[in-house]
Amino acid sequence: MKIIKVLLIKEFKQIFRNKSLLPMIFVMPIIQLLVMPLAADYTIKNINIAVVDHDRSAQAKMLLDKITASGYFRLVDYGNNYKQAYTLIESDKADLIIEIPHNFEKDLLREGQQQLLIAVNAINGMKATIGASYVSAIIAAYNQNLLAQINTIGAKPSFINVISNNWYNIFMRYQIFMVPGILVIFVTMVGAYMCSLNIVKEKEIGTIEQINVTPIKKYHYILGKLIPFWIIGVVIFSIGFFGVAYWVYGIVPLGNVLLLYGYLAVYLVALLGFGLLISTYADTQQQAMSVAFFFMMIFILMSGLFTPIEAMPAWAKAIAHFNPVTYFIEVMRMIVLKGSGFYNIRTHFLVIIGFAFLFNFWAIWNYKKTSG
Amino acid sequence: MSPKETVISVQHLTKKFGDFFAVYNISFEVYKGEIFGFLGANGAGKTTAIRMLCGLSVPTSGVAQVAGFDVYKDTEKIKANIGYMSQKFSLYEDLTVLENIRFFGGIYGLSGKKLQAQTTNLLEKLALAPHKNKLVASLPLGWKQKLAFSIAIIHEPVIVFLDEPTGGVDPITRRQFWDLIYEAADRGITVFVTTHYMDEAEYCHRVSMMVDGKIAALDTPAHLKNQYKVASMDDVFYQLARAAQRTE
Repeated sequence: MKIIKVLLIKEFKQIFRNKSLLPMIFVMPIIQLLVMPLAADYTIKNINIAVVDHDRSAQAKMLLDKITASGYFRLVDYGNNYKQAYTLIESDKADLIIEIPHNFEKDLLREGQQQLLIAVNAINGMKATIGASYVSAIIAAYNQNLLAQINTIGAKPSFINVISNNWYNIFMRYQIFMVPGILVIFVTMVGAYMCSLNIVKEKEIGTIEQINVTPIKKYHYILGKLIPFWIIGVVIFSIGFFGVAYWVYGIVPLGNVLLLYGYLAVYLVALLGFGLLISTYADTQQQAMSVAFFFMMIFILMSGLFTPIEAMPAWAKAIAHFNPVTYFIEVMRMIVLKGSGFYNIRTHFLVIIGFAFLFNFWAIWNYKKTSG
Repeated sequence: MSPKETVISVQHLTKKFGDFFAVYNISFEVYKGEIFGFLGANGAGKTTAIRMLCGLSVPTSGVAQVAGFDVYKDTEKIKANIGYMSQKFSLYEDLTVLENIRFFGGIYGLSGKKLQAQTTNLLEKLALAPHKNKLVASLPLGWKQKLAFSIAIIHEPVIVFLDEPTGGVDPITRRQFWDLIYEAADRGITVFVTTHYMDEAEYCHRVSMMVDGKIAALDTPAHLKNQYKVASMDDVFYQLARAAQRTE
């Protein structure tokens, strides 16, 4: 215990003396949590539409009013020339063309149906596709109204109305969804980067060799490295969770915060073990950085943070299930948004405990005080 | 140097990396309180040999005891009884003089009054007391190396291994460094030192010369000069090292 205390004192002194590490620990999470959720918002607004209206009828006007009134679209051009609208797409000024054909109103009233052309700019495919689906939804709603209107005299066709309701995040606020996930990424970075870089730095400057000729036990040294970064991880998480998520975004966890911290505690052990593992293989900070970066990319992209795992192909799903980040993001969302209890996340707990054992034992096994 | 108490005993020690014999079949003994010079050209296998004796590297074959402990089985016991200062400077630059002393002292199990006494003693001897709160990074190289040596023997080890301790420092500082070495040897600490400075080799009680992983000569500097009929250790070194097959 005494040895560990000596090691901890040294480690904390070095950390607090490191002019570049401290801002990274405390300022980076706050700034990124403020900025990233705004950028990672899937609600797409300001979709630019160009309308080619060959009909110029009251019905066409009503439909367009509906579309522009939705708030998602910005009418950048209104004319009757498809070519002109097409140049707007080419110059990236428009994302979507809606073409209303001749006799739109007449055919609609007479035949009860009419076709519209929606052309999508696939360069910014995401924005345009989402835009097209918004337009379709608006047109569908408009259709119903129209049917209802023109059928007032005859027998009213019966409709089954589907009303969707977003549980757990009623207003579909993306911040509520994203902020807890991004917080997980920070905590992960503490483990994968800071811890491994710190150890490899000692390898680089040669102090680790000095340590290796002392009677320090392997586990002493490793604990002396893990404990400080474990504490830093908890601090970063708390700043992000209470400082930003609560105060700025008003995210109040529905579930038990202690349960969340319990999971964080184990998660950090697992990820610090991962960082340690990297450090046992890397000889220079550059190597450690590249390896950590490689895994961070996979961890982030295949964690369900941005894209749902359910939508991934089978091989990607398999990777996502070997990704510790996946589990913490799920747990975060379950506890914060849904108020899940321990019973609901028990498998998540088991998996992360498994990861913690795997990474740490592998790292300790591979950490050599004595070389071959 | 008598009665001679053996603190390092090496028999047929060999270290092989793949097909390459970094150290081949070396045997020697080092006695208590001795300053043992371990010479050799770059790549002759000195560092590999030291690393085996310090328990940092497992030998391929042969037998060796350091401070009475086996280099295969008792590496942790060896580590508690030796001090080590490598050619790579290895104090923590971002800690102060005092913090480094306390850290390494603490690691060797010193604490309380004992650590306090050692610290005061050390700072006084090196005249570092006024600079004790300065970061090690800000000290001149010579001071750093004297400090590193003093810290390497803060726990009064049986043996201290010095791997090119005076590389890159001026002659005056080197002289002062050797004063510290003599003082440690007088206290009974055995000093095992590698160097490329042949004037330093003259300061040693006995020196060994490694050539191509083998020990080519081992004796007192005076005997060696006699044997090779030359005036200085420089010439002894030159005669022996010239025969080397290996280059770095």
